[in-house]
Amino acid sequence: MKTELMSANYAAAHAIVSARVGVVAAYPITPATTIPEQIALLSEDGIYKGEFIRVESEHSAMFACIGASSTGVRAFTATSSNGLLLMHEALHWAAAARLPIVLVNINRSVSPSWNIHVTHDDSYSQRDTGWLQFYSASVDELYHTIIQSFKLAEDERVLMPVMVNADGFVLSHTLSTFDYLEPEEVDKFLPPYNPPHWVMDPSNPVSHGNIVFPEYYQEFRYAMHEAELNAYKVYQEVERDYKRLFGKYFGGPIDCYKCGDADVLFTSLGTVGSEAKDAIDQLRAEGYKVGNARIRMYRPFPVARVRELAKRAKAFACFDRGLSYGFGGPSVNDLRASLYATEYRPLVKSYLGGFGGRDITVTDIKEIILDTHKAMEKGDLGPEETWHDLR
Amino acid sequence: MVTVKEMPLREYVLKGNAACAGCQDMVALRHAHKALEGDVIQVVPACCTSVVQSLWPKTCMDVPILNTAFMAAAATASGVKAALKVKGNDSTQVMVWAGDGGTFDIGIQALSGAFERRTDILYVCYNNQVYSNTGTQRSGATPLYAQTSTTWYGKTEPEKLLDLIVAAHEPAYQATANAAYPRDLYEKFRKAREIKGPRFIHIFVPCPQAWNYPVEKGAEIGKLAVETGYWILWERVGDKFELSPISKRYQDPAKRKPIEEFLQIQGRFSRLFKPTRDEKRLADLQAWVQHRWDLVMRAFT
Amino acid sequence: MIGSTGKTGSWRIFDPVIDYGNCSKCRTCWLFCPEAAISIDEDETPHIDLDYCKGCGICAEECPKKCIAMVRSGETKEAPV
Repeated sequence: MKTELMSANYAAAHAIVSARVGVVAAYPITPATTIPEQIALLSEDGIYKGEFIRVESEHSAMFACIGASSTGVRAFTATSSNGLLLMHEALHWAAAARLPIVLVNINRSVSPSWNIHVTHDDSYSQRDTGWLQFYSASVDELYHTIIQSFKLAEDERVLMPVMVNADGFVLSHTLSTFDYLEPEEVDKFLPPYNPPHWVMDPSNPVSHGNIVFPEYYQEFRYAMHEAELNAYKVYQEVERDYKRLFGKYFGGPIDCYKCGDADVLFTSLGTVGSEAKDAIDQLRAEGYKVGNARIRMYRPFPVARVRELAKRAKAFACFDRGLSYGFGGPSVNDLRASLYATEYRPLVKSYLGGFGGRDITVTDIKEIILDTHKAMEKGDLGPEETWHDLR
Repeated sequence: MVTVKEMPLREYVLKGNAACAGCQDMVALRHAHKALEGDVIQVVPACCTSVVQSLWPKTCMDVPILNTAFMAAAATASGVKAALKVKGNDSTQVMVWAGDGGTFDIGIQALSGAFERRTDILYVCYNNQVYSNTGTQRSGATPLYAQTSTTWYGKTEPEKLLDLIVAAHEPAYQATANAAYPRDLYEKFRKAREIKGPRFIHIFVPCPQAWNYPVEKGAEIGKLAVETGYWILWERVGDKFELSPISKRYQDPAKRKPIEEFLQIQGRFSRLFKPTRDEKRLADLQAWVQHRWDLVMRAFT
Repeated sequence: MIGSTGKTGSWRIFDPVIDYGNCSKCRTCWLFCPEAAISIDEDETPHIDLDYCKGCGICAEECPKKCIAMVRSGETKEAPV
């Protein structure tokens, strides 16, 4: 393990080398572009030893990954916003074909208008595709989550593709130190990919993707659901092994900071969750019993962990940097739904903000947490949904 | 030219499949695979060939088939090829088997990208001049005046000259073929098999459903397409162009059968003859035959 | 596998019948059969597998000796209730 200093995007590119990816197919889109650029350089320098297909669109990027993974080779791509949306059909395809592809999505606003800064609409709108989803908040976390994701995806109990998200510019282009692993070190954690289910091979010909009539289609879908639910447990095994082998741990499905005795928990995805730790420290110094619950694994939604937290917490201040238009914040509503079948009824307040890259500072987070804290003290929910800093 | 008795007997397309009776795609598939002898991964976008495989868990093909989305064939094939390279496999053919829809229209971007990247794949377009699988809607390959379910009174534009578009990518090998000439088709696949780089074979394939002809005439209509000069059989190895022996004769307009003989058997052209003959449209279609000859010969010679 | 859509011979209305007295064993029928339902045995005789032949009639149309007849199937087909 060697400490390096790089942007999150460059670190992601290096993760491909560490994880011995066989095929990368990618198309440029800001702010993900520097990932394929760096992979191209690593490829042309002979450091990345797999194939790099400089495809002509994101739709083709994911289908090239599908072709490669179907032929038994570890595949990867990176994209953002409109590029992710363009491969929407392909995301559904990869998940239903049970291909353990890993994709890094650099969160960016979708268009129109053109806005290249962070909003989570792009990945939020893909949460029903069957892809597992992680959100990272540091260069080190992004790099290691990518490597963990291959292990998780390729597990026989899962065999589903994984999307690792990172905030555009805020994280993607921020330089920070991280601990780099040589491929030989990763080998003891991640064995070569050997598809246990089906593969394109002339010595054992099969057709994949034929017509399936109503008699059987539902069962294929059930199997996907089951696999994704399995991932919750399998990921915890993956993290345990990773901690044992490399001494690194990023908090499990929800990275909890000072949650133990907290009355109010602040939830969020991505870098806001990292800023929030400072807000928690400052509020704690002022006497507030507050904690940070940064959601790392968004799909499968960490229902069990949320329920554990709700057992004690009196209120949740849920921050969403994206939206399900006409309804509300995706993570807050997933959280509310997770609690409905239980007897836990903490106050749950939704906060929407940071769209289009609008800065969310420690001060903003404190304001949000205190707003929920006040509602908790009064015993009055107030508005279910608040747009923070709306003009 | 290979003789019939020299062609291998082994079948890779197995009987009892879901294809329509008389399907000319199946004739083309049979002989393409006899030429490739099984060391192939076939990528099939949404098209008739997706459906003829039969329902899961069965398949009618004795080769690996990767079904893929409609616009994605050449991209998926690029991924398969890259994976084979990583595995050190230089011999297995990666073959796209796509209809005209997945090639001329929705699939053209991926085809163009894959060829521009010099991807070592064999892209086969079997062209029945219509979106047959979804019920015979018009495609960019539908000829002028043909009736389809989205051009009830006849298509008002001629077909796209896809071969010229493919040629602009300077493929390593390019050819036209016809299910009615299986020996010629077989030879072209044998030749393509030996060449590396992007290769394209464009097969003319009558469809009894979409073209509305007596099903037993499937091979006859394919032959009439060539004998009227409408479909030209040729191949290019790099930039060396050669008319196939069968089509050489029809370079001379005087040797061609009138286009009407090709049109008359097909219900999709019935409005050209009933209730009265549409002389203008018939003349347009006759002229178009020479038009294609002019463009092809000018482009390649 | 063979018969992936079942015994497609049941689709037929006309059966191909080869007059072996005139058959020149040229393999033209085998060449053009879309179904691969015609096999060639060791002494070159073509055999049509009636379990799978869909009755398209192309073999009869293409046969240079015109020795294949398309004969209406003997089995009566009952109209569905």
